[in-house]
Amino acid sequence: MVEHLHSDGEEPCVTLDAFLNQSNATAVRLESDEDARALIPYLDRLKLIEVAFPKFRDGRGYSSARILREAGYAGELRAQGDVLVDQIAYMKRCGFDSFAPEKPLDPADVEAALTRWPEHYQTAADGAVPIWKLRHG
Amino acid sequence: MKLLTGNDLKTGFVTWWTGADWSLHIEDAADVGEQGEAILAAEEGARRVNAPYIIAGEMTPDGPRPAHIKDRIRALGPTVRPDLTLKPADPNAGDWVI
Amino acid sequence: MYKYDEYDHAMVAARVAEFSDQVRRRLAGEITEDQFKPLRLMNGLYLQLHAYMLRVAVPYGTLDSRQMRMLAHIARKYDRDYGHFTTRQNIQYNWIKLEDAPAILEDLASVEMHAIQTSGNCIRNISSDQWAGAAADEITDPRPWAELLRQWSSFHPEFSYLPRKFKIAVIAADEDRAAMRLHDIGIQIVEKDGQHGAAFYVGGGMGRTPMIAPLIKDFVPLEDMLSYAEACLRVYNRYGRRDNIYKARIKILIHELGADEYRRQVEEEWAHVKSLGIDPPKAEFDRIAAQFAPPALDASAPDEIDRSDPDFAVWVDQNVAKHKMPGHAIVNISLKPVGGIPGDASSAQIDLMADLAEKYSHDELRVTHAQNIVLPHVRKADLYAIWQALDAAGLATPNLDLISDIIACPGLDYCSLANARSIPVAQKIAARFSDLGRQKELGELKLKISGCINACGHHHAGHIGILGVDRKGTENYQLLLGGSGAEDVSLGTITGPGFDEDGIVDAIERVTDKYLAERAEGERFVDTYRRVGMAPFKEAIYG
Repeated sequence: MVEHLHSDGEEPCVTLDAFLNQSNATAVRLESDEDARALIPYLDRLKLIEVAFPKFRDGRGYSSARILREAGYAGELRAQGDVLVDQIAYMKRCGFDSFAPEKPLDPADVEAALTRWPEHYQTAADGAVPIWKLRHG
Repeated sequence: MKLLTGNDLKTGFVTWWTGADWSLHIEDAADVGEQGEAILAAEEGARRVNAPYIIAGEMTPDGPRPAHIKDRIRALGPTVRPDLTLKPADPNAGDWVI
Repeated sequence: MYKYDEYDHAMVAARVAEFSDQVRRRLAGEITEDQFKPLRLMNGLYLQLHAYMLRVAVPYGTLDSRQMRMLAHIARKYDRDYGHFTTRQNIQYNWIKLEDAPAILEDLASVEMHAIQTSGNCIRNISSDQWAGAAADEITDPRPWAELLRQWSSFHPEFSYLPRKFKIAVIAADEDRAAMRLHDIGIQIVEKDGQHGAAFYVGGGMGRTPMIAPLIKDFVPLEDMLSYAEACLRVYNRYGRRDNIYKARIKILIHELGADEYRRQVEEEWAHVKSLGIDPPKAEFDRIAAQFAPPALDASAPDEIDRSDPDFAVWVDQNVAKHKMPGHAIVNISLKPVGGIPGDASSAQIDLMADLAEKYSHDELRVTHAQNIVLPHVRKADLYAIWQALDAAGLATPNLDLISDIIACPGLDYCSLANARSIPVAQKIAARFSDLGRQKELGELKLKISGCINACGHHHAGHIGILGVDRKGTENYQLLLGGSGAEDVSLGTITGPGFDEDGIVDAIERVTDKYLAERAEGERFVDTYRRVGMAPFKEAIYG
């Protein structure tokens, strides 16, 4: 299921540089070429991290998301930009729980994409039990 | 002359713009002059062609001939399988490519 | 052989459903070609010169007869009655209709096959040694590890939009029959202190910037193989170049960082990743390995071969290899008849090879990176019957590893990336050297042809390599000498100015004549080249 699609009317994200310069912001935006690990010391006070997908082919954001979740980040993790319906199932597995696509997605297609996969082969950041574990109880 | 070519969206087969429609046969191809870009955009939008592009060619007694060997092979078929080209009965069809 | 369980079936079925829906949306105009392209590529569907081309995965090159027959069925029903076996142990169909693609994937799924991740910037089909499980020199069967990697890499959520494509090979013998060190990751299962582990070579590849993979870690405990691979990939996904498609492969990253710095980053990542529970337990490996248990071979099968038919004896000497079990042999079926198209097989030939596998080879076949087919587990007593059947179907050319056993990409006859045709050049060379005695006199000589710089025909790794280029609108061929994709891996060197189609055949003849004049006792062509260097060959070619 999709937790929520992004809606307006919340605290705007600051840039990573602004955040690291002792901002009190609780929402930060990570560009695709920025190091997610720079945020690790601050994860407990962040409410929202927005990860940019300037082009859907730029897959760095998938690693950024996993690094943040693996470090224990529990706040909202948003994929923003060239976010297409055919990518969001992978994004969700990497730990994203909200989506701000530049071009609106068809809600039925979103639902279909997120319910497509019965199980998963790998451990990822979504807590899904991998197939190899299901096989061995 | 300028020719407009692409692949049929459903079948993938090579097609040529005839001035009014698409044909598998380069003999039917029309000179698109300066209209190529406009036709290309409209036809791609209508999903009547996939990955269309404009090429240079010349008119010969045998019909339009693309300037580049790649497009001549596209127009005929694989030179190593004459039976699968558009001229399976002509054993020398491959000579047109070279 | 690995058999799907309910989970594997469900995953492939979900993929077929997903792609069917994506095709529907494309045909309905809901998505653009730009958006559809990466989706169809991740299902192996290209738009090529004449039509769509479908690349079907043959995981680690292993097939059973039922799967092989399905490949023939697809050729007959949806294509033009033939398929093309590739250098990555896959099969390609050249005349596929987009509207048929979902039905083809359903047919494939019915025999536990798919086209998943056979293209796109993701982890591709895992390749391996075509003699795995049969070779006398392997320390273990590498395929269970390849299957483990296949499952781990399938629909990997983090690594499906990598900077560029990613190819992995796994072998378990010192003799490298899979061009392991020319892969993005080459894994060799090795033994140390009685334990098996994985040596990781990372950053090899061909293409426009060929590189031999450096050793990044000499011994990864097998239970950590997936987490180590995950660490290798994560460093690449984060830092591989995305500004220039020609510099986006992992080999460029490792070249720019240096192997030591890349290794340091991977170790740092691995220290973290290893704790995440990515590696399956031994029970899962054991479950997979049990399915690759050696077939029940009769150790008392007679070891003698009746060589009274001279044509048969010639074929045995050239195309039959040693099996680990006495009384048995590995049959290599050449798809390189003189005048043929390297790697192509008709549906009737594919069916015949399936029949022979079912009857004589414990229902197993392999595809090789040299574009041939293998029957891995054959009783020596059955070799004559197999040869007769192959010979009747034009499949008994006795030229394995000889100059006419040419690797050739489809080239400009089929491929939209190509600059020149490869197949006609291969045919002319095979015709020039068609005398078998002459070929045998030249001995092992691996000739590899690519129709463009992307190097699908492995020209950098040929003892003799040919690269087709476009010179002002005409086809031109560069000659390379001294490459190897085997355990003596090396990259070929360009001889000098290129040739036209007939000129390249003449140049190769001058090179082989020079070899015959220069060679010392027991030297292969590539050995002589390495000893005497380029200069004598250059002189022979250009005067």
